[in-house]
Amino acid sequence: MSDTPNKIPQTEPHQSATFDKLTNSQIRRAAATGIYDIRGGGAKRKLPHFDDLLFLGASMSRYPLEGYREKCGTDVVLGTRFAKKPIHLKTPVTIAGMSFGALSAPAKEALGRGASAVGTSTTTGDGGMTPEERGQSKTLVYQYLPSRYGMNPDDLRKADAIELVVGQGAKPGGGGMLLGQKISARVAKMRCLPEGIDQRSACRHPDWTGPDDLEIKIAEIREITDWEKPIYVKIGATRPYFDVALAVKAGADVIVLDGMQGGTAATQEVFIEHVGIPILAAIRPAVQSLQDLGMHRKVQLIVSGGIRNGADVAKALALGADAVAIGTAALIALGDNDPELEAEYNKLGTTAGAYDDWHEGRDPAGITTQDPELMKRLDPVKAGHRLANYLTVMTMEAQVIARACGKSHLHNLEPEDLVALTIEASAMAKVPLAGTNWIPGESKF
Amino acid sequence: MCGIVGLLVKNPKMRANIGELMLPMLIGMTERGPDSAGLAVFGAAVGADERKFSLYTGELDFNWQKLSHDFLTHLGSKVINFAQKANHAVLTTHLEPETVKIWLKEHYPQVHLLAIGQLMDIYKDVGTPAEVAARYDFSQLSGSHLVGHTRMATESAITPAHAHPFTAGQDWCLVHNGSLSNAPSLRRKLQHEGICFETDNDTEAACRFLEWRMREGDDLKTALEHGFEELDGFYTLLMGTKDQLALVRDPFACKPAVVAVHDDYVAIASEFRSLAHLPDIKNAKVFEPSPKEMYVWKV
Amino acid sequence: MESLKYDLAKIPLREVNQFLHSDASLLNGKHIEINNPNGAHNIAVGLKSEAIVTIHGHAGYYAAGMNQIADVTIEGSVGSGVAENMMSGRVHVKGFASNAAGATANGGLLVIDGDAGLRCGISLKGADIVVGGSVGSFSAFMAQAGNMVILGDAGEGLGDSIYEARLFVRGKVISLGADCEVKTMSLEDRKILVDLLERSGHGDVSPESFTLYGSARTLYHFNVAKSGAY
Repeated sequence: MSDTPNKIPQTEPHQSATFDKLTNSQIRRAAATGIYDIRGGGAKRKLPHFDDLLFLGASMSRYPLEGYREKCGTDVVLGTRFAKKPIHLKTPVTIAGMSFGALSAPAKEALGRGASAVGTSTTTGDGGMTPEERGQSKTLVYQYLPSRYGMNPDDLRKADAIELVVGQGAKPGGGGMLLGQKISARVAKMRCLPEGIDQRSACRHPDWTGPDDLEIKIAEIREITDWEKPIYVKIGATRPYFDVALAVKAGADVIVLDGMQGGTAATQEVFIEHVGIPILAAIRPAVQSLQDLGMHRKVQLIVSGGIRNGADVAKALALGADAVAIGTAALIALGDNDPELEAEYNKLGTTAGAYDDWHEGRDPAGITTQDPELMKRLDPVKAGHRLANYLTVMTMEAQVIARACGKSHLHNLEPEDLVALTIEASAMAKVPLAGTNWIPGESKF
Repeated sequence: MCGIVGLLVKNPKMRANIGELMLPMLIGMTERGPDSAGLAVFGAAVGADERKFSLYTGELDFNWQKLSHDFLTHLGSKVINFAQKANHAVLTTHLEPETVKIWLKEHYPQVHLLAIGQLMDIYKDVGTPAEVAARYDFSQLSGSHLVGHTRMATESAITPAHAHPFTAGQDWCLVHNGSLSNAPSLRRKLQHEGICFETDNDTEAACRFLEWRMREGDDLKTALEHGFEELDGFYTLLMGTKDQLALVRDPFACKPAVVAVHDDYVAIASEFRSLAHLPDIKNAKVFEPSPKEMYVWKV
Repeated sequence: MESLKYDLAKIPLREVNQFLHSDASLLNGKHIEINNPNGAHNIAVGLKSEAIVTIHGHAGYYAAGMNQIADVTIEGSVGSGVAENMMSGRVHVKGFASNAAGATANGGLLVIDGDAGLRCGISLKGADIVVGGSVGSFSAFMAQAGNMVILGDAGEGLGDSIYEARLFVRGKVISLGADCEVKTMSLEDRKILVDLLERSGHGDVSPESFTLYGSARTLYHFNVAKSGAY
């Protein structure tokens, strides 16, 4: 007996993987507005990352260290190459550059409090140094960017280190961006802009282009600060092998390498998702470059872009980094995208965890906003505690892993402690596929 | 990135000392270019039916005498002149360039032909400018004009072949400060036109582009005008030919250049520092060349 | 008035700069002469006192960079970025200046007697620049605040993406950049121009011979219709 005409089986509704819901909504938005989509944060799509690597803990051939009694050192010194006053940190987890303007004053204060409590540094961003941050942060790195917003020699001298920004992972080749909603009176004054306008930004430094001229610029900054402070050079991950070599030749003390997962306050969505490479793909070439120049450990390497826990820290160090920086993770620790505020996120047309329209300045958590009422919601002391807790956990997690690998210091972690779960991760990190001796491109299967 | 220097000696009495005059210019560009150095010098012309071949080898204890001897034995032609210093030599002969090229490739593949010319010799190698200058005795050079370069490699390797100057044809060379952003595409297009490349250096792409345009009948000025349209990126280019130096900066003019014009000489460098020690520089007219304009100085 | 002399052919630049960073009480009112600069970079950077410095010859990049309060004269020409990020004080170049003269300068007065290269006053943040000759292309790019007085011509793309800076140009402008237009000179503007001409040794030049350029303010908010200008 055949089926009656009303009950013909339908196929399952099938969404396209290419024209998925997100893509279709992006097309509709573009058609409605005629302008590119701007958002904050880093690359959101799934990328080869540290999760694709695993540590080989101790067994018969390697012996672990006891927790607590058998020490696992976590300290790091940055800026040993030329600076009279290198920076000594108690943990290799530092706070990445985020601007006052992108973040509220209480948020910057909280970052300073949390970082100082555990003996690490914070970094100013594309807007200059605030007294709150300098006051709260025991060790403060001062960014020197293409825009030079708020840049002045007094703050240069107040800084503990100076970070010359060539680019960042979210938008290598792009400049800063802050929309009118966040150009409050205070921000406008610091950046010397009219209040409430949309800030356009330069992508290149105004007075130098190329590593040959960078060398002279670095020398200028050293002269102005009497050679006291370490000079960092920050690059977005694109051609890390060449960029690191050139930064070394130009005279950097420390190199900061930011992968595409690294966040930004605001830039075009396409820039974030399609320009720059994942940090996993960038670390080994950067370390190789240092090694080829005989500068590994002499010019320190800080990596950032999607660092979330002590495992990520340990893996970054094992691959050859000296330290890491966190941005997005620090904000989440402060309270960004907290599900407790779900009702507010819904009102903004989003949901906790997905909120990224920070440029609109309406952050219910009071972190990525300049709105005085919203800012009040963030208690800098409490938030500072939260950050300190998180940093402590990250450090301890890294120690647990290092001890399990028999290391008495995080810096003794090495690539040979790692294996990969996927072919991509194996090729990028240059560690063997788990259970094999194979590194694609390096050894025969 | 890099440093470039150029010197054209108008005063005939000073031409015997061009090397001495140039040396501090080149050394002054060491920070801009610590990896390798090179120069092309235009000296006394050999006979109209003779040519000079600048030869280089990576082998430090190379047997140049054997090469000279084999040249005579295989090709049946005497070497008119053979000037050798360290791993470099300038060989003068009546023979057709093609014949010499083929012979070298077949019998001495470890020897690179850096340049062919009636007046021009090219020296280039890895090392600091001071090391390279000492190796080849730059201070002893004489001639009417020269083009020099110090290299900080950006994306291609540090090898002697990657150092500047690059040459296209005879008595023609080019040095470059900057970075082309579309070198691979240029290379592919030019290879399609039958132009051969030795390296993946972006400067060589600029050099071969001009070589191609001139092969197609452009004079240098027209070739450079085509260059403005097709070369993408930042560049200051300094070229040397039989009787002139030519300088051009791209429209963005981010890479520096300074010129000093004096009754006795014309000097060019990436930074004034390299010109500061030239004789009577106080009375030279010092200026910065404008972007997109071609400056030419004739001997 | 006695002056302290330093010969860069004999003394390392670091020593000279270190001395120039001494406590202001030791340097205020002192005349300091620097000889044989020979194009050295970073001469007299980061000053912060009422010192009066004269550089006898040509300087390289970033001469008087980040200057505060001090009075620096270069009796020759300068490389890129003279008085870059200057906060206050006065810098005077008697010859010509290379690219990015006065880049991102926040305050003070930069006087250039000759021509200035490309990107003069780029990202200007409140300082005043007076150029006796002409300026190269892309000058006053993204200039946020401050004033530029150009007695000669301007190259291409003058004042591209300009914010609130004022550009007074006496000669020709090859082309204007995005959002830069001719403005009517108000009495207030004229006063500023007269004052700057006076202070830069061009008091005999008539303010009427200048045209004022400034922002059309159409790029202050992202605008679909202007997407070509981004």
